[in-house]
Amino acid sequence: MMPYLAPLAGGMLIGLSAILYLILTGRIAGISGILGRLAEGASPLMNGAFVSGLVLGPLVYRLMTGSFPPMTITASIPLVIIAGLLVGIGSRMGSGCTSGHGVLGLARLSPRSMAAVVTFLATGVITVTLLRGSL
Amino acid sequence: MIRHLPQIAAALLCGTLFGFGLSLSGMLDPARVQGFLDPFGAWDPSLIFVLGGAVAIAMAGMVLVHYMAHPVLADTFQIPTNRTIDRPLLVGSGLFGIGWGLGGFCPGPALSALSFGSSTVLVFVLAMLVGMIVHDRFLVGRL
Repeated sequence: MMPYLAPLAGGMLIGLSAILYLILTGRIAGISGILGRLAEGASPLMNGAFVSGLVLGPLVYRLMTGSFPPMTITASIPLVIIAGLLVGIGSRMGSGCTSGHGVLGLARLSPRSMAAVVTFLATGVITVTLLRGSL
Repeated sequence: MIRHLPQIAAALLCGTLFGFGLSLSGMLDPARVQGFLDPFGAWDPSLIFVLGGAVAIAMAGMVLVHYMAHPVLADTFQIPTNRTIDRPLLVGSGLFGIGWGLGGFCPGPALSALSFGSSTVLVFVLAMLVGMIVHDRFLVGRL
């Protein structure tokens, strides 16, 4: 159980952040929505403040624990670019990503979000299974 | 600007909490995310705990939201009302999942990981922004 304590606690903080944002500002903390609106110049101060906070979060983590959390990227640069383009197009077309659909959508029991989560988990699993040749 | 200051402060606080939660959860590590998306290989189930913890807290908070007439710092809740499962939702989510699997990054963790100063993360974020802008400018309503 111990290896899952940090993921569980981290997840609970993510949920707390998302619901606090809704209670305080009335807005859904969906990162693709926030970033997309920021890119279009909508509510630049608010959306910019949220994104700045996202970047500050790991710095606070390092201040408290002495080091950054681990990060290993195995994808090559061309693959990283393709992945970024697909994540960008897909999250805007699908009206959300892992935060908006995954956290708040499921918490609101939204049928659209449930369909989105099942779909991106399915294509994500298929992609990694093919990428790693797991089957 | 001054009138919106409390909302901007709330956004900064919630963003920081979100980024800290991502750091603690292990979701900033693309290899770990890909491990979660690999149930037929070396499966790492830890993201179930991340998602479960996040949804449980958000669900509890939604009860409170139902009893609130308006948000603390704003006049109205901006909660999506669309309940139709349509083609853009499914195609978009499908494409998103492929990109998520290929790189191991989704938008929140990618932005947070910018703090590491890695050029690969920057490349991902720039490509993601291009994808978002291309969609919003040229692809909306084409499906």
